[in-house]
Amino acid sequence: MEYTGAEIVCESLLQEGVEVIFGLPGGAVLPFYGALSGYPQLRHVLVRHEQAAAMAADGYARVTGKVGVCTATSGPGATNLVTGIAGAMMDSIPMVAITGQVPKPAIGRDAFQETDITGITLPITKHNMLVMEVDDIAPAIKEAFYIAQSGRPGPVLLDIPKDVLAGEKRPFVWPETLNLQGYYPPGEADEIQLNQAVELINQAERPIILAGHGVLISHAYSELRELAEKAQIPVITTLLGISSFPTDHFLHTGMPGMHGMAYASLAIDKADLLVSLGMRFDDRVTGRISDFAPNARVVHVDVDPSEFHKNVKATVPVLGDIRKVLNQMLPLVNRRTHVDWLQYIDTLRAEHPSLYIRQTDELLPQFVMKQLSDVTEGNAIIVTGVGQHQMWAAQHYAYKNPNSLITSGGLGAMGFEVPAALGAKVGSPDKVVWSIAGDGGFQMTMCDLATAVENNIDVKFAILNNGVLGMVHQWQEFFYDKDFFATVYSGNPDFVKLAEAYGIPGIRVTDKTQVEAAIRQAMDTPGPVVVDFIVKRDEQVYPMIPAGESVNEMMEEPVPERIF
Amino acid sequence: MNGNGRHHTIIALVHDRPGVLTRVAGLFRRRGFNISSLAVGNSEQEGLSRMTFVVDGDQYTVDQATRQLDKLIEVVKVANISDEEIVSRELALIKVKVTPETRGEILEMVHPFRAEIVDVGARSMVIEVTGSGDKIQALYSLLEPFGVLELMRTGRVAMVRGLSEGRVSDELVLDYHGDHLKVNEAYEVGSY
Ligand SMILES: Cc1ncc(C[n+]2csc(CCOP(=O)(O)OP(=O)(O)O)c2C)c(N)n1
Repeated sequence: MEYTGAEIVCESLLQEGVEVIFGLPGGAVLPFYGALSGYPQLRHVLVRHEQAAAMAADGYARVTGKVGVCTATSGPGATNLVTGIAGAMMDSIPMVAITGQVPKPAIGRDAFQETDITGITLPITKHNMLVMEVDDIAPAIKEAFYIAQSGRPGPVLLDIPKDVLAGEKRPFVWPETLNLQGYYPPGEADEIQLNQAVELINQAERPIILAGHGVLISHAYSELRELAEKAQIPVITTLLGISSFPTDHFLHTGMPGMHGMAYASLAIDKADLLVSLGMRFDDRVTGRISDFAPNARVVHVDVDPSEFHKNVKATVPVLGDIRKVLNQMLPLVNRRTHVDWLQYIDTLRAEHPSLYIRQTDELLPQFVMKQLSDVTEGNAIIVTGVGQHQMWAAQHYAYKNPNSLITSGGLGAMGFEVPAALGAKVGSPDKVVWSIAGDGGFQMTMCDLATAVENNIDVKFAILNNGVLGMVHQWQEFFYDKDFFATVYSGNPDFVKLAEAYGIPGIRVTDKTQVEAAIRQAMDTPGPVVVDFIVKRDEQVYPMIPAGESVNEMMEEPVPERIF
Repeated sequence: MNGNGRHHTIIALVHDRPGVLTRVAGLFRRRGFNISSLAVGNSEQEGLSRMTFVVDGDQYTVDQATRQLDKLIEVVKVANISDEEIVSRELALIKVKVTPETRGEILEMVHPFRAEIVDVGARSMVIEVTGSGDKIQALYSLLEPFGVLELMRTGRVAMVRGLSEGRVSDELVLDYHGDHLKVNEAYEVGSY
């Protein structure tokens, strides 16, 4: 039997176990859509903007651990994917993006809707390919999926000209092997590195585990927990590492860095060993590098060797898949206690109650996050935008399950909250999914409420509505003489009416006493719901270590009376 | 031998596919690495090309450059051979002004460099010289007073002496269901 290129794409996606594709059609990709309608096994979720397709694929990938797939047409469709792809690159998300391209004879002639999308996405993909022959489609797709999810995952883009999708018919041959000479995703660690790392761990008096996204990506959470418990090492999770370790565990020591808990940053400052697992010492984590963890040696475990010594010099770099490396380490690590060290950290916690929410009648955004945590018992999947609400979601929600905080960490793309939540719900239909938005970010992608409605994707949309671009407003408050230029939104729509316009319930909350009931009401209502929390406007995220500074310059919330 | 700011020689074996050069060049630009010369050509293996880079920078820069290069899918193998025993050569074509009076003098000057005259015109000649960068620079300096009309240098190509790094003969074809892959591994949500 012979297939068109478009059919070969569909057949290949089936071979890869793809269940869902997020996308929006257009001329160049239309042959693919033509074929797709004949493949009901491949569910297509039609979005309202291609950025949502990429971000939904991202959210889907994060909750399932599978490759997220998105598609768009050439030109503007493809360029609309760009922000979503860049985010997937920064956060190491397995994604395959398929774009239609103008027909081969038109390439290079500035044809209608021609853009060089492989050129544009060169620095923001793990790999990309322009597929010029029908017979190359199946191998390209197989390669794309393998590259996207192996080693350090990332997005792969396939650009396929219209006439390759729709031209000659060819038999479908699914390749047995891949020819990726020189591409070796690391597996187990080298014995020498491993033994050196174990020795440092066994010797340490004040060790800290810094758990990053790599722990979640390699599904190493039970190994992480075993290591932490066996060697009694406090665990600090980076923003993307949150939920790799249970928040209510006695060794859980918060998040470090710019808006991390003071006690976490202070503990790192005193630590004599950092066991860094699948994290890359982002500047939001380290602040000024020269003052970061001045007393610590560093064991850096990562699957990507280019991360070693990039930002922080590793005493012992350990190359390998986190889960495999931890399994190698576990039998060699001594069972130990670090009573003094844990007590010291407890003192830090008491003296720096970073998660304390002050008593007031005003509706504080932190309070909303805390209530959401309590009502959902830490079991929801939380998908955030970027800004203050993101930091409060990182701080005040007690995550109980792996992969339950979905957030745009590396790129920090506002507007992620709505589409990524759709993807997360599609990937985890049995979980409660809350999208936590700022009124700024929400308005970047709220057009995709229609996608939720149309496909009955049951996401609860919370807006922490402060009427400002909160995080930027905060920087203006602290660092720009309170010159609140261009951060106040005075023309916001009525989000409750907006919800109603989409045919879904909207709930407005203006008072503290209504929060819990509103959350429950939203969860008791089947289907998507928008909850507009009108929160206090000039609330700042504390603690804060200003960009490029160190823990010594940390600002903590001025607490009227210390609570002990 | 790892002082700051020296020249480093990196060689890479890459798949000979469209866009490889763009990818490599883009990577260097994006990460702020400085390429002072780049030479590309076919290798002994079909479908693979070998590139020689000369990169300026400290050890950190060159280590990052090599590691980042290695991450490109098309790059099969990279090695920093700066500290190895290497043979390295560059070729230059130099077009220089001549007059009947200077011709003899130039020919004499070129001789010790074992350079060749590859084109002779009424008012110019083209000299081909091969060797280290220093040698080429030296000849260029001597010719400059006569009026150099054009200089074309290939950039350095380099090779490790004897049996050493940079030689790639692994005919590896990945088994799709290989050990590294976790596609079909059970994904347990909700268990620490
Ligand atoms: C696409 C994009 N544009 C601009 C920014 C810069 N930025 C970071 S946080 C922020 C404010 C976010 O406002 P909002 O979504 O209302 O959230 P809040 O901080 O108020 O919680 C802005 C503009 C960004 N991160 N992403």
